[in-house]
Amino acid sequence: MAESIMPQLKKAAKKSLKARENELAHTEKQLEVLNGGLFADGELPYFKDKIAEIGHSPLRPKALEILQINVGYMCNQVCEHCHVDAGPDRKEIMTRETMEQCLEVIRNTGAHTLDLTGGAPEMNPNFRWFVEEASKAGIQDFIVRSNLTIIQANKKYHDLPEFFKKHNVHVVSSMPHYTRGKTDKQRGDGVFDKSIEALQQLNAVGYGMPGSDLRLDLVYNPSGAFLPSDQAAMERDFKKALKEDFNIEFHNLFAITNLPISRFLDYLIASDNYEDYMYSLVEAYNPAAVENVMCTNTISVSWDGWLYDCDFNQMLDLKVASKVKHIKDYNEEVLNDRNIVISQHCYGCTAGAGSSCQGTVA
Amino acid sequence: MANSYYDPADLRKFGNITEWSEELGSKFFDYYGKVFEEGALSAREKSLIALAVAHVVKCPYCIDAYTKDGLQRGITKEEMMEAVHAGAAIESGATLVHGVQMMNKYNKLSM
Repeated sequence: MAESIMPQLKKAAKKSLKARENELAHTEKQLEVLNGGLFADGELPYFKDKIAEIGHSPLRPKALEILQINVGYMCNQVCEHCHVDAGPDRKEIMTRETMEQCLEVIRNTGAHTLDLTGGAPEMNPNFRWFVEEASKAGIQDFIVRSNLTIIQANKKYHDLPEFFKKHNVHVVSSMPHYTRGKTDKQRGDGVFDKSIEALQQLNAVGYGMPGSDLRLDLVYNPSGAFLPSDQAAMERDFKKALKEDFNIEFHNLFAITNLPISRFLDYLIASDNYEDYMYSLVEAYNPAAVENVMCTNTISVSWDGWLYDCDFNQMLDLKVASKVKHIKDYNEEVLNDRNIVISQHCYGCTAGAGSSCQGTVA
Repeated sequence: MANSYYDPADLRKFGNITEWSEELGSKFFDYYGKVFEEGALSAREKSLIALAVAHVVKCPYCIDAYTKDGLQRGITKEEMMEAVHAGAAIESGATLVHGVQMMNKYNKLSM
């Protein structure tokens, strides 16, 4: 059944759910799915009950370490699994005014990591200015999540590797697999070859080379309704294959679980995999991962300045449960005294070795 | 009662077998878990062996489980199909090698 439906899905995924007017583009519909069905029937336990067993309900933040800013949902790709529902048709882009508000926060935050994401963050017209200004704040680890193909997408992006190098940006890039077939199936035809070329360009300026301070990490998402396996073993396989086949070097591989929201949720339901996937997530629940789940050390900022516990909550429009809800009112102390908003998608971050934007957590 | 001998949802109830014999069930699952750990063979190699055996013993639960396990480990479909052929070749070889017995018997009985 899953196989027979795949070609249709692939065709449909050229536009975002929003542009297709798919009902799952509405966050309340997604939350209805996540809170109903198996969980409402009592077949599977609610996430809040599961973490209550180990005394973590309500889930509370620890010290803030990572400030993650989503500068817009526009992207040159329309990946089937995208939790942002990003694509060329998405027009939500952070304005310079909101960026100014973010910069004020970046200059004063206690966080050691600044993490820019999207969409393709590079497509924001003020991206370069923002990176230049943000890098002046001297934050310890400055990450840009780049999808690789953007470097090849247009002449104006060709110099991105040099630009990243100049500002000592830590590049984190998605690479679903080291084979063409699996990569293109998830991310679109031709993505694999473009990604390989982009990685070679990044290597050429020093990114990802052994001993280099120019950090290049890859993100692996499973290309289907299954969980990632052991991160270290996957990293070994990726390193061997990319080195042997393309002479590509990189530093670390982050294995990230696909959370059942947005386009991945749509895929799970359409391919009749939703229930099995939720069972897999709950079965793989690891109490040790709860301790370090990323919402406990991260604040996520949306393109329009709202604050969230993580990028996934942002896509579900579950704003922080705090008096401070917007970047213009940012107050780290007040924000840190909050309960983290959870739902059943959170099982994605506690499965197996755990999952975060920085890879495993347990 | 289900009107089919195999129900995919039964796979996730596999652990329930300990309820009717805790000692044996637990010993089995401990053993099973240990077998598939990294050892002289990698967990990846063992997953492919398990997939091949799953086909040979024609266990639908095991085929589902080790196809998914292979995907999780980044094993490609080409690798999976080669493993299935390795199992199938041994199974058909096991049938065909009995052809020698048939030939022996034929020759013995024939003048």
